Amino acid sequence: MSGSVLFDAPGPSAIRRSRILSVVFAVVAVVALALAAYQLWLGGAFYQDRWDIFQDPQLWFGARGLMVGLGTTLSIAGIAAVGAIILGVVFSIMRNATKAWVRVPTTIVLEFFRGMPVLLMMLFILIVFSTGAYWAVVWALVVYNGAIIGEALRAGMKSLPKGQRESGLAIGLTPLRTTLEIELPQAFRIMLPIILAQLIVLLKDTSLGYIVGSPEIIRIGRQLVDFYDRQGGPYALSMFFVMLAIFLAINLSLSALVRLLARRMQRPRRGGPNLDGTKTEAIPVSTQMLREIKDPQAEVTRLPGAGMPGGGG
Amino acid sequence: MQAILENWPLWLQGMGATLLLTAVVTLIGLPIGILLAGMRVSPVAALRVVAAVWTEVARNTPLTLVFFFTAFVLPKLGIVLDFTLGAVIALTYYTSAFFGEAVRSGINSVPMGQAEASRSIGLGFGQTMSLVVLPQAFRSVLPPVINVVIALVKNTSVAMGFFVFVLVSVAQRLSNQYGDQSLQIFVGIALSYLIITVPLGQLVDALERKWSVQR
Repeated sequence: MSGSVLFDAPGPSAIRRSRILSVVFAVVAVVALALAAYQLWLGGAFYQDRWDIFQDPQLWFGARGLMVGLGTTLSIAGIAAVGAIILGVVFSIMRNATKAWVRVPTTIVLEFFRGMPVLLMMLFILIVFSTGAYWAVVWALVVYNGAIIGEALRAGMKSLPKGQRESGLAIGLTPLRTTLEIELPQAFRIMLPIILAQLIVLLKDTSLGYIVGSPEIIRIGRQLVDFYDRQGGPYALSMFFVMLAIFLAINLSLSALVRLLARRMQRPRRGGPNLDGTKTEAIPVSTQMLREIKDPQAEVTRLPGAGMPGGGG
Repeated sequence: MQAILENWPLWLQGMGATLLLTAVVTLIGLPIGILLAGMRVSPVAALRVVAAVWTEVARNTPLTLVFFFTAFVLPKLGIVLDFTLGAVIALTYYTSAFFGEAVRSGINSVPMGQAEASRSIGLGFGQTMSLVVLPQAFRSVLPPVINVVIALVKNTSVAMGFFVFVLVSVAQRLSNQYGDQSLQIFVGIALSYLIITVPLGQLVDALERKWSVQR
């Protein structure tokens, strides 16, 4: 529902009123921000020496610099995203299995993984398997997000028309191959916006590594603050703003990408050339025709009674 | 499991803290969320912009960074908060945006004709929202709002890293004490979270089933 239905297209006096309200509100907001800024200024947030450390290349590119932290964050997120999608596919297949002894335990395990905090799983992996903080974060994120993506894929497969699975089985594919080749690709397409949104959540959750001690960006940032504070002025606030800007830049651009994708998905599919640019043609119905299309020069062997032109033998 | 049973007062303390944090943040965050959702569909452009910026920034900031602000940055600026209060502020700020989005999606799910009909019989923006749209939005809002609460229950665990004693802290402390039983301890604490989240999830399913039939 677009907002415009909720109120009249504003007339002259309503426009004036809305404008006045906007201005009043903007003034209030600006005053509030100015007060906050003044408070910060009293605390010394805007002195030159609160920001000078960001000119130090060591802070960005040093052995324990912000960029290294960002690299750790992104590499954790990358590995975990790939793992979570793979695990999600496996989970969704097992969750849909016809055998009850596969399906029921998987359902319980998925419920278990989805219902507990990721942080608990990170601590669990860290302490029980003693993998080190980096891999504890990766594994916890893989398992947790795998469970969520698995559930999403299952919902996607459930939303497909029944005929998809039935026709897959009817042309002789095994149930597993029907799932892999007919249902999953379509479910993946339907659920892509949800899966991508979950991957952004995964990226945000890498920062939980701060608590279990993996050297991701917030932890590095805190160490840098502790380090530079010994040389003067509290840098905590400026570091906070820098990290906030980094996270917002990454996440907002990813969110925009997801939104763009979601909009493209909603557009109805139109007929057109195939992906490789060729025109769509009639679908060959026999294997023999298929073979001829693939390789027209090939010696076509025909069954003995099939009647070669010119009466063979 | 033995370790948890022996230390049940500790468990109870952690459970109580988790539930209390969840309840307080829901009670403060949900009204803010409803306000944000209302602002986002309002006729005043400035309100729309403020609500949109609040929502987008809060949703795209890691919760850890928000906690970092309340527990680490504010004290350096001379504003020293109680850690629990800091956790409440951080969680409320973060969660209110998600509440707002849940409510907004509920408002969006009310068929356009409802708003058109109420506008055409001469109701204004406030009347349309309060008498027609919001009462209907309520039923489609409740499941996503409960989903946000479920996420909130899990998010309270982040407070552990910032000196607040919650349910996860029980797992950490006990597994340090009883090194040989850490597996059981973690499973026990995970089950403790499930005691809260699974019934809520069931409630969501039940509500969705019950209310989707009527629409």
